[in-house]
Amino acid sequence: MSTSEIMSISRITLLAGLLVAAPAIADSPGLGTKITEADVGAWSITILPDGTNLPPGSGTAAQGAKTYAEKCVACHGEGGKGGPYATLVSDAPLQGRGIEAPKTIKNFWANATTVYDYIRRAMPWPNPRTLSDEEVYGLVAYILSENKIIEKDAVMDAKTLPQVKMPNRDNFIVKFPDKI
Amino acid sequence: MTKKKDGLGALDQVAGNGLMSRRLLLGRGAAIAGAVTFANSAGAEPLKDDEWGRSQGITSKEVDPRSRFEDKVKRTLSNPNGEPRTQHARTPHQFLNGTVTPNHLHFTIVHTGAPDIDPAQHKLVIHGLVKQPLIFTLDKLARYPMESRMAFVECGGNSAPMFSPEPVQATVQQIHGLVSNAEWTGVRLSTLLDEAGVDPRGKWIIAEGADMSALSRSIPLKKAMDDAIIALYQNGERIMPGNGYPMRLMLPGFEGNMNVKWLRRIQVTDQPAMTFHETRNYSPVLPDGKAYKFYFINEVKSFITQPSFGTTLKEPGYYEISGVAYSGTGRIQRVAVTADGGKTWADAALQGPVNPKAFTRFHIPWKWDGSPAVIASRAWDESGNVQPLRSEFVAQRGQTKEPVKNLLGFPNQHYNSLTSWGVASNGEISHVYF
Repeated sequence: MSTSEIMSISRITLLAGLLVAAPAIADSPGLGTKITEADVGAWSITILPDGTNLPPGSGTAAQGAKTYAEKCVACHGEGGKGGPYATLVSDAPLQGRGIEAPKTIKNFWANATTVYDYIRRAMPWPNPRTLSDEEVYGLVAYILSENKIIEKDAVMDAKTLPQVKMPNRDNFIVKFPDKI
Repeated sequence: MTKKKDGLGALDQVAGNGLMSRRLLLGRGAAIAGAVTFANSAGAEPLKDDEWGRSQGITSKEVDPRSRFEDKVKRTLSNPNGEPRTQHARTPHQFLNGTVTPNHLHFTIVHTGAPDIDPAQHKLVIHGLVKQPLIFTLDKLARYPMESRMAFVECGGNSAPMFSPEPVQATVQQIHGLVSNAEWTGVRLSTLLDEAGVDPRGKWIIAEGADMSALSRSIPLKKAMDDAIIALYQNGERIMPGNGYPMRLMLPGFEGNMNVKWLRRIQVTDQPAMTFHETRNYSPVLPDGKAYKFYFINEVKSFITQPSFGTTLKEPGYYEISGVAYSGTGRIQRVAVTADGGKTWADAALQGPVNPKAFTRFHIPWKWDGSPAVIASRAWDESGNVQPLRSEFVAQRGQTKEPVKNLLGFPNQHYNSLTSWGVASNGEISHVYF
């Protein structure tokens, strides 16, 4: 081994030492203000697939139909079958229509909780986060029912919604499992 | 080595159709001066002072505008009137060089417009599966140790027209304009997560923006603790509004949409949220109807920016072929270029420094003899990944049933195969496949 090789190895060792040591120097500012989980309150709107953070309350398709007619139909059309913006209710299959097949709630979405999460955070355009939790449950029930994913009289709440099995749920391949 | 006095010698040619050794770039003065023939020197007129040099020039401005002659260098807009749908602004790569995308030309995609955030009021909260939830103001974050790194950001839907079974006739901006590269400066996310104390059950973070639709994405904790930063600066100045002012998540090499802008909330969880964007928009459908999920990484890719569609070579002779290469899995190791539609390839010179998960500019000298040529680039990264040939890519990922007509549509995502430009004998450039 040449002198220069030895030197470059010792340099690498030294560098590795510095990299390991760096966080100890860097993690000390401690400038974050402590708050409680309860303080996060209105900002904490993420619903997890197992139902974590679903709010109290419930809704049915009949209740959702009324809210839909009032606040959603202008963009998404009668019965959710499409208007100026996204179609919410459709029997169009995913398979056999190529890589550009239109993705629908029924043929693609993996989790029913996503419907709740997305309506509550982003709808109705342009006044998101103005629906009550009950209104959101009703709209979710309406959309899932019109899509024949749940029964017409099913009640959606924090217990029932995560149990809804979306038709396409098991059709996904994790692209980079080693990155999770 | 024998070299003709009036140009590049036959021994300098390293691949078909006039590709020259990249080593010629090392001694640019000698080799390139030798390559150029001054055919029109006989008709030159005597030099005289130009008008702009005989009067006082433009007064300096506080924020410097560019030359009025550069007006054509601009982003293209998919929704210029802000109708209630997503807005895309694409980077004009055919007019840029080097590796840094200027801030006003960096691509942006905004779903509900860029929120007009008052930095004095903005807050970032970290909560969920942590020992102590914390809230940070911008002032406080700006006191943390800063880290800068070059990084590309690429929309998962960039290059979507390339899924067409026939090549779309479009500029590199129209095809690949949803990727850009900048120096991002900010605070390591791991520093803040350590301060909050991640619970051992924590496996994911949910990042959320302060935009109207509160865009949210799930990111593996592994990435958050690896090289993620909360970026406050873009190419030295505070982040542009369309890129997340006053702070955004920067996840080098990961799909653009995950680099959440206007970042206001990070929640540590034991599971992904399966948000609208990750479970629907950015889950690409495969030819058999199955779909990928968690397609985090923008894989190794390159494209030629000069010459490219929209320009015409005015005469045979010396040109430099140049473009950008990048990979979400590390440094670019090698870029090869062809001028004969893939029959023969030569290695291009890589402009250093070659940063991981960032643009690398490549160059190769080319002597165009005036006959039809097809030029393309292909990149390799240090992790052993290679940009797939189009036939390989299509075999796995498929293509659309009909030729793509709408250049603004997204028939599928995560295209990283080759882009080929056909040069006709009249110098016109078209988009071709081989």
